[in-house]
Amino acid sequence: MGFKSEPMTTMTPLEDKNSLFTPEIRSQIDKWIGKYPAGWKQSAVMAALSIMQDENGGWLSREIMDDVAAYLDMPPIAVYEVATFYSMYELEPVGRHKVCVCTNISCMINGSDKIVDHLEGKLGVKLGQTTEDNRFTLKEVECLGACGGAPMMQIGKQYYENLAPEKVDEILDGLE
Amino acid sequence: MTEDSMVTIEVDGQELKAKAGAMLIDVADQAGIDIPRFCYHNKLSVSANCRMCLIEVEKVPKPIPACATSVMDGMKVYTKSPMALAAQKGTMEFLLINHPLDCPVCDQGGECELQDQSLAYGSDVARFVEKKRLVPKKYIGPLVETNFNRCIHCTRCVRFSAEIAGMREMGSTGRGEYMKIGTYVERTIDSELSGNLIDICPVGSLTSKPYRYQARAWELTQSDSVAPHDAVGSNIHIHVRNNRVMRVHPKANEAVNECWISDRDRFSYEGLYSEDRLTSPMIKENGRWVETDWETALQQVADGLKEMGAGTGALLSPSATVEELYLAQKLVRSLGSDNIDFRVRQSDFRGGEPALPWLGLGIDEIEAVDAVLVIGANPRKDQPILGHRLRKAALNGASVCYLNPLEYDLNYHAEQLLSAPANMADDLAAVAKAVGATGAIIDDAEVKAQHQSVAEQLKQAGSALVLLGNLASAHPDYSILSALAAEVAKASGAKIGFIGEAANSTGARLVAAMPTDGLNAQSMLEQPCKGYLLLGLEPDRDFWNPTQAQTAFKQAEFVVALTAYRSASLEAAADVLLPMAGFAETSGTYVNGDGTWQSFAGAVQPMGEARPAWKILRVMGNLLDADGFDQNSSQDVLEQARNSADGRQLDNSVTADLGQERRLNGSGLTRIGDVPIYATDALVRRAPALQKTADAISAAIRINPGEAAKAGLADGDRATVIQEGNLATMPVEIDPGVAGGSVRVCAALAGSETLGGQFGEVTLEKA
Repeated sequence: MGFKSEPMTTMTPLEDKNSLFTPEIRSQIDKWIGKYPAGWKQSAVMAALSIMQDENGGWLSREIMDDVAAYLDMPPIAVYEVATFYSMYELEPVGRHKVCVCTNISCMINGSDKIVDHLEGKLGVKLGQTTEDNRFTLKEVECLGACGGAPMMQIGKQYYENLAPEKVDEILDGLE
Repeated sequence: MTEDSMVTIEVDGQELKAKAGAMLIDVADQAGIDIPRFCYHNKLSVSANCRMCLIEVEKVPKPIPACATSVMDGMKVYTKSPMALAAQKGTMEFLLINHPLDCPVCDQGGECELQDQSLAYGSDVARFVEKKRLVPKKYIGPLVETNFNRCIHCTRCVRFSAEIAGMREMGSTGRGEYMKIGTYVERTIDSELSGNLIDICPVGSLTSKPYRYQARAWELTQSDSVAPHDAVGSNIHIHVRNNRVMRVHPKANEAVNECWISDRDRFSYEGLYSEDRLTSPMIKENGRWVETDWETALQQVADGLKEMGAGTGALLSPSATVEELYLAQKLVRSLGSDNIDFRVRQSDFRGGEPALPWLGLGIDEIEAVDAVLVIGANPRKDQPILGHRLRKAALNGASVCYLNPLEYDLNYHAEQLLSAPANMADDLAAVAKAVGATGAIIDDAEVKAQHQSVAEQLKQAGSALVLLGNLASAHPDYSILSALAAEVAKASGAKIGFIGEAANSTGARLVAAMPTDGLNAQSMLEQPCKGYLLLGLEPDRDFWNPTQAQTAFKQAEFVVALTAYRSASLEAAADVLLPMAGFAETSGTYVNGDGTWQSFAGAVQPMGEARPAWKILRVMGNLLDADGFDQNSSQDVLEQARNSADGRQLDNSVTADLGQERRLNGSGLTRIGDVPIYATDALVRRAPALQKTADAISAAIRINPGEAAKAGLADGDRATVIQEGNLATMPVEIDPGVAGGSVRVCAALAGSETLGGQFGEVTLEKA
């Protein structure tokens, strides 16, 4: 194991990988592992974390991260590093809908502040918080690459662009 | 351009020759040109993330990092141009943004790379007026203290733990403002090399816990010395204040320990200040111990030894210096006795070992071998720096195989043949057969796939090595094992090496601290001598069979012990205790496993009335009117010792009889009595911080699930080990890494002193 010479594998790989996850999940992760050169299955860590996050109601527990590490023969700390680096991984439970508002420069110029204010008022929570009924988590994110449609937000896997307070109401009311 | 072609570059107007592909920072370092850096370390991979080494290169429009720029022919480099200086100053300002600047209360103060470089490159006024971030400290074990507020995210510790320690324990989680170095979850750093984190951290983020708030760097004086715990003989700096050892640091020596030392070498100094230190001579009067003066004590010893004469047996610690061992054997020989030995953890003296066993090659040559077979040894814990060299060999592509009764937690890929103590000879014979050797045992061996695979790897290797270690030399069939190992080596074209058990195992042989026709360590205890001279040994911990040793000493008419410590077992065994100087308190010499003589001076005065053992032995020689005890300095003793060693060559040729009777027959359960890393000698056993680590295991019955079920034992039960009528009760731990047919009951731990030999038949009874 070393940054110099080989992929960061654990010294004691778990032999019976079938004890982890379900067969469906394993085949989804294996599909991603297949996209990388042999011996580099650690490259599938981001995909594996995303799959497990979706499976677990939108967040990753430490146990899940440890399982992903075991499945990919990685040291657990290497998985924690990835999971803590990217903002799309949640390490605490979130609401049913994760509302991610971009406040980067293009969206800011186009009034994302108002969108945030409106969302905070409507949902009764501050950025980073979850509503009491567990329906919504409001989150500030960095640029999601949709500057052409600024201001924008992402809910689940869907982008919503060219927002205005009324449009936000409409979108949120359309969600269960 | 080939890798070894040379190029010419110019740095700050100075013309330099360099290997093409070398990093600029290395080339500048070799030429003595100073480039500031934090994240670069020549033993670690390049990460180029601190940006402190930015320099200007002609025709490159912006500053580039010297640590990640390889040299090219004709390159013109400016390390102190306005562009380079502006870049370095800018970097410095950013690095200090979140740094607490708490140098007055920081242990790194005075020896801090950040402090030094901010003096050279920093501004005197901070422009950053916002709040600094706060990162809570984390507990990562008893050896390393953390203060992550001071961290500058150089990631040296992360790279060290992955690349050198071989355990990816540290990481950097989060990003940007929220990036943190640490373990993420609360856990201890358990590597046996973890203390090196303290050295590689360029700031005060990782510091020594035992040394915390004890002294300032500028109050310390430095002496060079040699670590006293294993056959590596790591070079160390001892830092002293007010005649007290404050800490131990590595001294770089590429041929021995590179720039690392093991935690055992770094933190064992704490044992010097144990309450058990013996600080004045003591004699037993009517069964009670009384302090006395040197004259009385020495006279009593002289009288006692004179009376014992040829009936004296000398048992000497293999951690004693060359000087001490030379004088001790000379003294005992002048009494007419040849009963002298340092092999206190050996039980098989049937002539299986070579005349003068040694490592067989330089410590720094290990990493270049292509295949290694390690027999009865766990270098990772027994000789951590040797373990590190083996790991380097493995990472270089060598195939490493182990033959042991215990499966070890290794930090590289290796094939481990698990073999009960009684079967080790059969497995080794099978390997010998597979490499094409013939002879008794070998011809009858049953070669299985795993033996064939080990044999293939040894045969195919350009340079192969067969190593025998501590467990092998303690094995009751050591003669057979070493003879078989020699056959394997001969038939496969491999070198054979014997890892000495202690710091001076090789030196002890060179100065003849062993019998020529007298009694050896085993027979001196089996057929008790009239009297004993003990040097640096504890009866209950340092012997192959502690029960036998304690009984023999109790029966003897006169026992004198030269020791740095007093303990119940010494007080029970001895009639006179002479306080000897401990580690760092005496000058001396060790000969390490590869035969390198390394001398050192004392760093502090011996505690109390303690005196260097060579002086004590010399005076004893004078009182006994023996010839040749007129040395004035340890240098004189060394010279004589060296002269006496002149005719003796390191020699690994084994001439043992393969057909010897096997002492372990494998019926019932066999005890594996290995010596854990932090129980090896009196000093380590008294070092409190080391005793709190995960490696400092306590006595237990470690047994695999199958054998446990057979014995009706479960994890956490208490059970009694019965060995030749000797009993010890301890908890049961289920450990799948213990070979079937055997049970691991470590030696040298509290609770094991009532048992017999390190290997032998035992029975278990649920308590």
